[in-house]
Amino acid sequence: MILDGAEEEEKWLAEGIAGLQHNAFYMHRALDSNNLRDALKYSAQMLSELRTSRLSPHKYYELYMRAFDELRKLEMFFKEESKRGCSVIDLYELVQHAGNILPRLYLLCTVGSVYIKSKEAPAKDVLKDLVEMCRGIQHPVRGLFLRSYLSQVSRDKLPDIGSEYEGDADTVMDAVEFVLQNFTEMNKLWVRMQHQGPVREKEKREKERNELRDLVGKNLHVLSQIEGIDLDMYKETVLPRVLEQVVNCKDELAQYYLMDCIIQVFPDEYHLQTLETLLGACPQLQPTVDIKTVLSQLMERLSNYASSSAEVLPEFLQVEAFAKLSNAIGMVIEAQVDMPVVGAISLYVSLLTFILRVHPDRLDYVDQVLGACVKKLSGKAKLEDSKATKQVVALLSAPLEKYNDIVTALKLSYYPRIMEHLDNGTNKVMAVVIIQSIMKNNTCISTADKVEALFELIKGLIKDLDGTLVDEFDEEDFMEEQNSVARLIHMLHNDDPEEMLKIICTVRKHILTGGPKRLPFTVPPLIFSALKVWF
Amino acid sequence: MLLIARPLMHIGIVVEVETFEKGKFAFASMAETKLLITIIAKTTFPCCIQNKAFELGFECRSMNYLIGAFKPTCNISITFADGKSRNQCTRKSLMVALMNLNFGMSSLLAVGITIPLKKENGQTAMVPLFQSQENIVGKVSVEPIPGKKIEHNGVKLELLGQIGSTLDVVALEMYFDRGNFYDFTSLVRELDVPGDIYERKTYPFEFSAVEMPFESYNGVNVRLRYVLKVTISRNYASSIVEYQDFVVRNYTPLPSIDNSIKMEVGIEDCLHIEFEYNKSKYHLKDVIVGKIYFLLVRIKIKNMDLEVRRRESTGSGANTHVETETLAKFELMDGAPVRGESIPIRLFLSPYELTPTHRNINNKFSVKYYLNLVLVDEEDRRYFKQQEITVYRLPETP
Repeated sequence: MILDGAEEEEKWLAEGIAGLQHNAFYMHRALDSNNLRDALKYSAQMLSELRTSRLSPHKYYELYMRAFDELRKLEMFFKEESKRGCSVIDLYELVQHAGNILPRLYLLCTVGSVYIKSKEAPAKDVLKDLVEMCRGIQHPVRGLFLRSYLSQVSRDKLPDIGSEYEGDADTVMDAVEFVLQNFTEMNKLWVRMQHQGPVREKEKREKERNELRDLVGKNLHVLSQIEGIDLDMYKETVLPRVLEQVVNCKDELAQYYLMDCIIQVFPDEYHLQTLETLLGACPQLQPTVDIKTVLSQLMERLSNYASSSAEVLPEFLQVEAFAKLSNAIGMVIEAQVDMPVVGAISLYVSLLTFILRVHPDRLDYVDQVLGACVKKLSGKAKLEDSKATKQVVALLSAPLEKYNDIVTALKLSYYPRIMEHLDNGTNKVMAVVIIQSIMKNNTCISTADKVEALFELIKGLIKDLDGTLVDEFDEEDFMEEQNSVARLIHMLHNDDPEEMLKIICTVRKHILTGGPKRLPFTVPPLIFSALKVWF
Repeated sequence: MLLIARPLMHIGIVVEVETFEKGKFAFASMAETKLLITIIAKTTFPCCIQNKAFELGFECRSMNYLIGAFKPTCNISITFADGKSRNQCTRKSLMVALMNLNFGMSSLLAVGITIPLKKENGQTAMVPLFQSQENIVGKVSVEPIPGKKIEHNGVKLELLGQIGSTLDVVALEMYFDRGNFYDFTSLVRELDVPGDIYERKTYPFEFSAVEMPFESYNGVNVRLRYVLKVTISRNYASSIVEYQDFVVRNYTPLPSIDNSIKMEVGIEDCLHIEFEYNKSKYHLKDVIVGKIYFLLVRIKIKNMDLEVRRRESTGSGANTHVETETLAKFELMDGAPVRGESIPIRLFLSPYELTPTHRNINNKFSVKYYLNLVLVDEEDRRYFKQQEITVYRLPETP
């Protein structure tokens, strides 16, 4: 009977678990009878099951978790033993007599945990030794799990400020160094997996790598929990070191995941203060990294941060957040020539959201973003990609929603030009959205100039644009559109009769281009408006 | 019963061997000559000798005989009638079995040598322990079996330092005399003048500041041992001999200069490493600390071990016999490193049975130690680099 891959793995996993449990049984017996020698012997044999190369990370994890549970019992035994028989220092040496390296290092980390707890040596010294000795495992999966074990047992024993293991003046730095080193080594191993094995199995390897990514990312989480790290330390040491590893590893998967991790685990306040450093890393990443998503995530977080309280807004100004973000986005778009339009536009949408939350008064910023969009869209005819279209609509709708005032939107010089890039159907939709916004807010449009600008914007409804196909004509839609135009005309008003006359003339000029189908809808409201002037 | 006698020297001797029942062992000729006799025995020995015919060499001395060297020559199958206690045995227990062929002597008296013992911890058998330049003091007591008296021609005590080949060793230590052991040291004390011993007699002895420059060594092919030997000579019977081993260990202080070993080795375009061991001289309970740095890696390495090997060489020139043993196999690395990786070494020597390095002891043998770094690739090819280290014995801190 030939087993397929998955079944084979199940079989090996079962064998591994059986072997592990078998030795665990004898280990327990030794623990119960206070037999240190046998405890070490059987625990080493048990841990040998973790030397397997046959399991995928997912299955290896199952084996690892069982070993982990057994090692907790062994750790308790070591703690008792160090009080009664063998000193912890002697134990630390004793476990290093084991001939095979993987069991030896798991045991060493376990004793190390007891050693730190005993306070017979500074935590930093033990941690440093452990993270160094783990170099002996160069096999990626086995190394990742071993170091993950180290991270788990050391988590509550870091020499952080306020912890019982706090050391001397440099105590926080020691804790940081330990975590950073473990992180660096783990990332190296993780990246190494990409290049192992035949080319045709690349997809499988990437899937396996994804299964392991949280082991690496966890280190960043641990860093974020170290109380003693203040903004300065984060800025001077932590972030630069992490970014160094991210950039130097030159691996697309790692870079994307870790950038995202950094953004998610560290406080927004820190991101604001280190914006330049963070953004500075982006162009150094591999060209295939989906950096726009990373940037969008960052901007979203910052936008939310800005909304959380008004007190933080000055900070944004102080660090010139907008300028930096805008530059970064510009550079990314420039660098990634193959970026599809939808990508660029969605980046601008994120930036626009950011501006509207942080600098709502800066219409010039808004216009700047729209301008950049126009630049990106120029050279292309009408947009055909529906996703991109959606993004453009979002881009155009955002200011409307924020300002609730079309007049403000009308001040945006690039606004109409973007509309021109929409296909006819979407153009009309957008125009309707604009009108609806006006209606909703009861905006009064009171000068001829504004009317002119407005009617330019909604010209898709006013007349047949070039390229409109006769087939696209839908009776119901058309009626709705023209009715909204009619309603709009009623909103145009100025008490000053002279101005009102100008308005009416402007409107007349535009609607006359509408053609016979439209006039029945548009002319009557205009006449009524005119009549109002005189009566 | 069958026998074949092969003359050694120039004297032809015919030896007849009767049944090999325990206690009955008769030899025809008693001459002070070395004889080599091949015995093919169907015996009732409580052990089984697989396909071996043994040569017993022995010295005959005035009606008495002692067994000397013992060597295997050809393969012949021998079976024994006594099936119950049939088991494989080492040479040692074979000799013990032969010993029980009651030559009649040891039943006559009990000879004991007592020395104030310096105990050696961790040993299964308690053996007295000395250093060079120490005084060896004690007493010999001779106690005849009640009712018997011993008429003797003198009692002497010898302190011997001996080097010998284990290939030739008869573990019949009690009956061991010259044979293939070479005495490099020999000191004598005459304990008593000719006379009679009716009842227990005690002779105190002292050897002052004994020069024992070489330490005891028990190797694969060679042994160096120290022994006290009591000999009670008799006119009309064979001498009564009793042995008491003791162990000599000599200590070396911490070396004033102890350079590290650092070297770059490799195979062109394949693998370049730089290894470093913190010292070149290590004591028996030391730790080897160092690292392996990978400068170039173009092969797929599976893992890396560090072995401790002992090389024992005996003889000289064309007759040099070398025996190599791997005493420790310590895994340094699991998995394939890349260029720039540095792998730490921390190997504790205490769990392993090392001895100090012995260089050209009395021009007879040497024992040297080597660190052997082994890298294994995915196709199980082994790449290795061997490096000699000096091992010494550090005085124990009280």
